[in-house]
Amino acid sequence: MLRRRSDLPFDHDTTTAFLPAMIAMMVFLATLALSGALVLDNLLSRWNRDIKGTLTVQIIPEDSDPRAKRATQRIEKTIRILEETPGVIRARALLPQELAALIEPWLGSTDLIADLPLPQLIDVTISETQPPNLTALSARLKKAVPGASVDDHRIWLARVISLADGLEMLAKAVMTLVTLAAAAAVIFATRAGLAIHRQSIEILHLVGARDGYIGRQYALRALWLGGQGAIIGFGLAIPVLLGLGTMAKTLEGGLLAEIGFSSAHWMILATVPMTAALLAMAAAFLTVLKTLSRML
Amino acid sequence: MRAEHTLFRRNTPTESAIMRFDNVGLRYGQESEILRDISLTLAPSSFHFLTGDSGAGKSSLLSLMYLARRPTRGRIEMFGIDATRMSHTMLPRIRRRIGVVFQDFRLLDHLTTLDNVALPLRVAGIKEAEIARHVPELLNWVGLGSALKIKPPFLSGGEKQRIAIARAVINRPDLLLADEPTGNVDDRIAQRLMHLFIELNRLGTTIVIATHNEPLIRRFGFPRLHLQDGGLTVLGAMPPNEPSTEANP
Repeated sequence: MLRRRSDLPFDHDTTTAFLPAMIAMMVFLATLALSGALVLDNLLSRWNRDIKGTLTVQIIPEDSDPRAKRATQRIEKTIRILEETPGVIRARALLPQELAALIEPWLGSTDLIADLPLPQLIDVTISETQPPNLTALSARLKKAVPGASVDDHRIWLARVISLADGLEMLAKAVMTLVTLAAAAAVIFATRAGLAIHRQSIEILHLVGARDGYIGRQYALRALWLGGQGAIIGFGLAIPVLLGLGTMAKTLEGGLLAEIGFSSAHWMILATVPMTAALLAMAAAFLTVLKTLSRML
Repeated sequence: MRAEHTLFRRNTPTESAIMRFDNVGLRYGQESEILRDISLTLAPSSFHFLTGDSGAGKSSLLSLMYLARRPTRGRIEMFGIDATRMSHTMLPRIRRRIGVVFQDFRLLDHLTTLDNVALPLRVAGIKEAEIARHVPELLNWVGLGSALKIKPPFLSGGEKQRIAIARAVINRPDLLLADEPTGNVDDRIAQRLMHLFIELNRLGTTIVIATHNEPLIRRFGFPRLHLQDGGLTVLGAMPPNEPSTEANP
């Protein structure tokens, strides 16, 4: 349908020969940038979801004391203080096997872990709407239980989010630049085409063609060429993304374990080539209308 | 309605004048005016020859008539509308009522004969079924029925001229402007084309033909618009056997 007969001699037009390759590169880069933004967005929401409304209290073990009994007393005392604090919903000490599971990815599953002087961790659920005064809580715990400290995830997360936000903005900036570059390439090619086919356009005007009629021919041509480039660019990006996804899956550790794409992500990514082709079409159409409006 | 196009349907223009020039002048750049103080009214269904020496400004005058350029001064009215102040979006509507035969044909070389002639119908949004019916009919009439799928570069000058004429008349224009339309064809074809123009004129199309062909002007005896020194004079028909008083190239 897109390659239907045209009233303009596009087949001999060298000004648009570079367009498919140009659009292919742009779509390739835009797909990678968008996938990066999607991965970061995914990770950020997961981290946020996982640790929103929680904090951890850590109790460093004391070498001098008889270990088991003294530690249990300190944990119980800490939990009691936490439960008395307004804004704390629940406080629960992690079991030794849960602690071992947390450090297993780094140290492996050995009996060595059982002998290590691991800190005691208390998982605290706090109210999201009325959180406790963490500074006051931290001071009270330090005073009552030597070696206890409040680990507010939000401090750590804020730094990670700040970094991730920056990367996400960078990805979006790349996409914007790529879009502008693609539009500029189409506008340039269309203007060159209009200059080359000026005589044919004059004939079309003289037989009564409206600017929109001529514009549609350029738009369909741009859609055809842009579509070709977009499919090629997206086709090249898919194996790269699959490769990166496979590499990410081989990494162990909490941060990157779920870096792969869902089907919803693939659908979002599939809009990149479609958008590129439609953008090429719109840019060509509007360029023709603007240029021809200055002709008689 | 134009969609119900037939080759010999009667035109019924409602305007009192198809075209009106009022003190029109035209100059190119900083040069002196090539056309000066042109005042002219073309009544519906009139037929004129446009004569004048080479370089007298016939093609320039025609280009003003088919709205390819605006005059430097004066006022042009086409079909009752002020063409000198017409908006860009209004132009196509007026141009669809004008058929033009260019001296250099101005065909699109990458299109077939059929597609070249179908161009005015396609830009007007006529259905392909209508086009498939009427275009071959007209091309048969001008003797190009066997050249429907051939592109202009493979045709002779005379054949190209007939394509240009067929393209100009295919949508039954209210005004037909032709620049030397019989210049590249033999006498037999020239006669046939003139009869086509006369038939169109009889059915309501206003016609202006720019030509140097004095025998043709004498034979058909239509009034003349004569250009000389940038000015236009309306002359009566040239008598069949009277010697010309105008300079010929």
